Amino acid sequence: MFIINCPFCGEREQSEFKAGGEAHIVRPKQPTELSDDQWAEYLFMRKNIKGVQLERWNHAHGCRKWFNMVRDTSNDEIKAVYKMGEKPPIE
Amino acid sequence: MTKNLRVKTGKAIDETYRISFKFNGSTYYGFKGDTLSSALLANDIHLVGRSFKYHRPRGIMTSGSEEPNAIVQLHDNSSRTEPNVRATEVEIYEGLEASSQNCWPSVKFDIGGINNFLSPLLPAGFYYKTFMWPASFWEKYEYFIRRSAGLGKSPTEPDPDFYEHKYIHCDVLVIGSGISGIMAAKTAAKNGFKTLLVDEKPNLGGSTIYQNSDYFKINNQTSSSWLEKEINEIKKLKNLEIKTRTSVAAYHGYNFLLARQNLTDHLPIELRKDKTRHKLLKIRAKKVITATGSIERPMIFDNNDRPGILLSSAIKRYADFFGVACGEKNILFTNNDTAYETAISLIQKGINIEAVIDNREEIESKLLYEVEKNNIKIFKGYTVTNTFGYKRINKISIKQLSKDGQKVIGPKIDLPCDCLGVSGGWTPAVHLFTQSGGRLKFREEDQVFIPNIYPSDQLSIGSCNGEFTLDEILINTPKSLKDYLNIKNTEYDNLEVLSSTNKSKRNIWLLPTDKVLGKTKSFVDYQNDATAKDIKLALREGFRSIEHVKRYTTTGMGTDQGKLGNMHALGIISETAGAKMGELGTTTFRPPYTPLTFGTIVGRNVGEYFDIFRKTPIHDWHVKNKAEFENVGQWKRAWYYPKENENMHQAVQRESKAARESAGILDASTLGKIDIQGTDASEFLNRVYTNAWSKLAIGKCRYGLMLNEDGMVYDDGVTTRLGDNHYIMTTTTGGAANVMGKLEDYLQTEWPELDVYLTSVTDHFVTVSVCGPNSKKIVSEVIPDLDFSDENFPHMSFKNTKIGKINCRVMRISFTGEQSYEINVQANYGKSVWEKCMEAGKDYNITPYGTETMHLLRAEKGFIIVGQDTDATMTPIDLQMDWIVSKKKYDFIGKRSLYRSDTIREDRKQLVGLLTDNPDEVLEEGAQIVADINKSPIEMLGHVTSSYYSPNLKKSIALGVVKGGKNMMGQKLIIPMEKKNINVTVADPVFLDKDNERLNA
Ligand SMILES: [Zn+2]
Repeated sequence: MFIINCPFCGEREQSEFKAGGEAHIVRPKQPTELSDDQWAEYLFMRKNIKGVQLERWNHAHGCRKWFNMVRDTSNDEIKAVYKMGEKPPIE
Repeated sequence: MTKNLRVKTGKAIDETYRISFKFNGSTYYGFKGDTLSSALLANDIHLVGRSFKYHRPRGIMTSGSEEPNAIVQLHDNSSRTEPNVRATEVEIYEGLEASSQNCWPSVKFDIGGINNFLSPLLPAGFYYKTFMWPASFWEKYEYFIRRSAGLGKSPTEPDPDFYEHKYIHCDVLVIGSGISGIMAAKTAAKNGFKTLLVDEKPNLGGSTIYQNSDYFKINNQTSSSWLEKEINEIKKLKNLEIKTRTSVAAYHGYNFLLARQNLTDHLPIELRKDKTRHKLLKIRAKKVITATGSIERPMIFDNNDRPGILLSSAIKRYADFFGVACGEKNILFTNNDTAYETAISLIQKGINIEAVIDNREEIESKLLYEVEKNNIKIFKGYTVTNTFGYKRINKISIKQLSKDGQKVIGPKIDLPCDCLGVSGGWTPAVHLFTQSGGRLKFREEDQVFIPNIYPSDQLSIGSCNGEFTLDEILINTPKSLKDYLNIKNTEYDNLEVLSSTNKSKRNIWLLPTDKVLGKTKSFVDYQNDATAKDIKLALREGFRSIEHVKRYTTTGMGTDQGKLGNMHALGIISETAGAKMGELGTTTFRPPYTPLTFGTIVGRNVGEYFDIFRKTPIHDWHVKNKAEFENVGQWKRAWYYPKENENMHQAVQRESKAARESAGILDASTLGKIDIQGTDASEFLNRVYTNAWSKLAIGKCRYGLMLNEDGMVYDDGVTTRLGDNHYIMTTTTGGAANVMGKLEDYLQTEWPELDVYLTSVTDHFVTVSVCGPNSKKIVSEVIPDLDFSDENFPHMSFKNTKIGKINCRVMRISFTGEQSYEINVQANYGKSVWEKCMEAGKDYNITPYGTETMHLLRAEKGFIIVGQDTDATMTPIDLQMDWIVSKKKYDFIGKRSLYRSDTIREDRKQLVGLLTDNPDEVLEEGAQIVADINKSPIEMLGHVTSSYYSPNLKKSIALGVVKGGKNMMGQKLIIPMEKKNINVTVADPVFLDKDNERLNA
């Protein structure tokens, strides 16, 4: 069980959070302009990296805010957390 | 007949306190402080169980949690009986009853023992190879396997004890209270760290606490008396909490550990009442110091599993700590100095030693000289080649080892004995370290894996870190602690240490014998009967990965997880396959380190606390009026209200008729309610629902369908416009939390520019829904100030009003197809409003109805239930609800997906009505729908999603999804059931009042 540093609340137990998959996938502004393939790319395609991955997390049993996380999936090290709309603080 | 092998009071034993207990039906005596195993050994009982596969007689082998053989069943009673308990860990108490496992009919005569003679037929992978084929024989195999191989009996009645979970936060957690653990705990606590020290045993001090010899001294005192003073001192430290009988089961990432604290298992049953039995400690430690010690290795030779063969360190502990001799004719067999420590203890206690067999040829050892001085014969450069005695060892054969250790040479010597102590060196207990993600490295000189890379803020000290001698521990521990805790000095910086152990060791993983390997039984895993031969066979058959060999041979897969023999398995693989130990890697040690009871894992979450459930404020009324309940999400919802002898069908028929003919009342409080405010609230609804919302007038209600981005129906409900920038959305009961989460997600991540605020108000309101032709009269009586005329209050509209002083929101909306009013009041007033409606409805036979009737009524009207008539593969078009999908809106969640090549297929499953040819025949929900039963294989077109007998239409009605169903109106289909085929006709899903005359009446 991780300890996650919610950017709004501080350090809390992982059990308070919900994982939300890959981060920085932006919903297309004009979906109607997209081909089936382009829409499917947005809809279905997700990476599942062994190593450093950018993820969405939600403090579901806390402030209910969504935020992003840089996590190494091979050892669960959380390298950084940052707010929605911000750039990842490390590569 | 039994002997008394109590030699001299051991450190742990209170000889003034005698305890009687039962083992396999006979009564024995022990003393306070005994474990079941020490008490049995004091009564000269070694044979305690049978092995799993061959049912070979097995005896007590160790004195701790690593015990593979002495696993017993405790208690005979049906609620408290417990299987797979290690006799080495059970503290005896008055009234204890224990019995052997794995044997039938008795430990001394066991039918399964015949497997031993059949063993050439039971090689590695036997279960995989044999019982796979022919499949039809499996039932027969299973009967015999279960009968003879079971691992104990489970209780058949509820557990009478209770259990707790507790969170603990500390600066430093020290695991293990041997000498290094005690030093660590004291140092940490004295330097201001809030410290927790845990040990699985009832006492502190590890093995040093009984190391009472002149060969091991600290500051000129024996190491045991020095440590005893340290322990007395730490007990006074305010910053230090000590928990004994506490075994760390799991070490997870981020220094999160689970430990089981055992509080009552050592007490007589009558003293356990009202006490917590086990506590599951959930420990979050800033720093973890692991001082879990090491486990002595057995040695792998022919017939190394007979009762009377123990680890040499266990023999020492039984003698020093419990005052028990494990035999009267003891022989020790070793490849290192440890056995001589045992010998010295036995000599001190006056216990006879026949001989010591040592693999090593030339040994410079103070301990060995001391043993030799006592005229004990030491066979240097020898090995045990075989042992004899069925239920107890009575003889061993030894031979000289060749120079390279691969062969035996010279004449065979037979030595009689009744106990053989073996020492193959030590294996650091790195289980917790590896569980935490730590990486090991292999140390060639003494062939051990030791901690190398720490994955979190932690430190391993003492023998679990590969420091096996007293001087190493006392020199290295203070150094490591200073570094790790970042402190300048410790009390232990200038200790004067005398240690006499010679570190040399002659490690031979599989000892040679004069027999061919195929004829030997050299056990590597005692509990699962995996032998060296099995491992070699697995390698011959092509297995290479240690994890595969483990599963194929079942090595290390017993309840002891192979704590004794895993290293030998690795060693044999490495030698046979010519691979380096360090490169093979180890198998994964999985939690729990020692087994946990289910009670410990669930804690207080049993019975009515197993899962939380939610009740509406009207719940008590439903209970009083004999409602049956149904679980919907976490809610308990009234399902139906049977009268006298009514069954469910009769009650539902009566409730449904009443609702259509006069009046029904439903507790709809569980529907999700989300308060939506903000200047962009209308725009927000436009984006989340498929239909348009901008033009909805204040005071009007609208039904909405919500999709996933993939176009599939996600939730539905009625949303009401309360003000310019204010809406109240209702969701399905089960979907409320998810809808709230989804809306928040979009607002925060995709559309942060929208000025919208969401508040979940599900629990804040009670919703009383009154429906039926007489509903208007009833609600008019309850709320006399409100004008209920159709002109003022038409269908799909809303009024803010008051009942007396109580604020109240009334919506005229309907899920039944009947004229219907939903009264929403602040939750505390809910029950009184409900009762007011009941009172006002008396003359109209107002009938409370539950979810079943609600489902029937809406099915008559063809309204869907998301999750029942839909799964995650239905679009609104599939549901024939094209009318609700706005063509004008540029975008909404899921819109683009509605014209993907897959979603526009004509042959998708579509929602239709189904009418049975025989109007009294009610279909089964979930039944398959086909067109042609003569085709092979029969093509499945869909399934029935909702089905009822409608008392109002006086016929059976059903909804179902059928491939291409939209274009099959009037077509005949077949529902094949077990006993007959049912003919149905595809129909319009709206069975009643298609023109909404009842709604607007
Ligand atoms: Zn938060």
